[in-house]
Amino acid sequence: MIELQDVHKAFGPKEVLRGVNLTVPKGESLVIIGGSGTGKSVTLKCVLGLIEADSGLVTVDGQDVTRLKQGSSERDAFLARFGMLFQGGALFDSLTVWQNVAFRLLRGSLKKTKDEARDIAVEKLRRVGLTPDVADQFPAELSGGMQKRVGLARAIAAEPEIIFFDEPTTGLDPIMAGVINELIREIVVEMGATAMTITHDMTSVRAIADDVAMLHGGKIRWAGPVADMDNSGDSYVAQFISGSAEGPIEAVR
Amino acid sequence: MSLLAAIGRMVLGFLALIGKVAHFGTETVSHLFRPPFYPREVGHALLQIGYFSLPVVGLTTIFTGGALALQIFAGGARFSAEAVVPQIVAIGMVRELGPVLVGLMIAARVTSSIAAEIATMKVTEQIDALVTLSTNPMKYLTLPRVLAATLVMPILVAVGNIIGIMGGYLVGVNRLGFNAGTYLRNTIDFLEPSDIMTSLAKGAVFGFLAALMGCYYGMQSGRGAQGVGQATKSAVVAASVLILAANFILTELFFAA
Repeated sequence: MIELQDVHKAFGPKEVLRGVNLTVPKGESLVIIGGSGTGKSVTLKCVLGLIEADSGLVTVDGQDVTRLKQGSSERDAFLARFGMLFQGGALFDSLTVWQNVAFRLLRGSLKKTKDEARDIAVEKLRRVGLTPDVADQFPAELSGGMQKRVGLARAIAAEPEIIFFDEPTTGLDPIMAGVINELIREIVVEMGATAMTITHDMTSVRAIADDVAMLHGGKIRWAGPVADMDNSGDSYVAQFISGSAEGPIEAVR
Repeated sequence: MSLLAAIGRMVLGFLALIGKVAHFGTETVSHLFRPPFYPREVGHALLQIGYFSLPVVGLTTIFTGGALALQIFAGGARFSAEAVVPQIVAIGMVRELGPVLVGLMIAARVTSSIAAEIATMKVTEQIDALVTLSTNPMKYLTLPRVLAATLVMPILVAVGNIIGIMGGYLVGVNRLGFNAGTYLRNTIDFLEPSDIMTSLAKGAVFGFLAALMGCYYGMQSGRGAQGVGQATKSAVVAASVLILAANFILTELFFAA
């Protein structure tokens, strides 16, 4: 279970998070929606410790993760339970596709032999719909959709308990977006993983989410099961879902 | 008042920068003693920084050695001291020009590429990705590059010294009418082991600074293409200035007595 309590984060004078409260029960898939620049990415990165929250509490299974020291073995153990799909894929362009996917398996506490790691990488690539011949290519040789899939394969390579997806469908054509959504849903269900996704793609929300939370103005505006989203009674959520320029959310930000 | 405030801000900013760089440097060195280590990355960096820098080092120093011989010959002629060309070329190359020129070429070639690479990795979230994959970017990216540059620079400086002296020798023998055997004997007899040791020590320090600046500014990079450009520029400028400043300090330490 992931819990955020009253998390604040400012960059200089710009307050991005102003008291975020959020709970993701184990094995659930939570999708955070909200406009660009509302702090969705910052929220995820606060949980991972990539960004340090100014105040507030972030716990994973009751363990306060903001206190973990950089580079400590506790923090390594904590991160070993995570997988993350970055918005642009964030593949290492000096490494081949399979080395990217197996990155965690080639070093550190989860180290396996090279052949084993490669076999797992190829298996994960197949899982996301890529053929083994992609394994020896470099990320720059792949299309955007394929890079996303490789990123997805890397995120699930070490069988994480918790997976974060940062705008998984941004920049993809609708069909590829549908494929990625389906993959994410399948993977989360079959691995029983806890998932947190941020997106502003409503198709993605409906495909992936158990629960939805809307971030606006640095706070959680609304949270609830995806089925209640259309009748939330919240004018902000209603405007966001319908994609209307008219409503309480200012179009110019 | 606003002028004073501006000066104050600049001084404070500069002091803060020194503190941050010093902290970055000590953290980098501390990882030398704390596993995990990434020998493959070190090997790769050795190849990139060392081996592939050889052509540029050779080209820079051979021309400088040649020009130095011509200058000393012409200057020495004013007080009938043309004969000192081999000795001055040797000492000038080994004690000063070899390490400094190779250092500056490394700042241009290696610092820039390290800064641009790491900055791009930062901008495209690859650094964040490393962290989420339980890999410390300081260990995986910074230490291998800084270590490799520190180890390999003395070798590059040695090669640069030899090629620079060869440049002087070629000009001396072919243009200035020196006897080949005498030129070489004068060079070798005149150089002290301490000249060579200090030359290589300078090289190690310059290599450390060059790679460290590349990594530091790369890691600090702002967003987008502009951020990467800015990081690269700052890294090369800082590395060049630091190399020249360190050269003065080391020369003062080694030779002022």
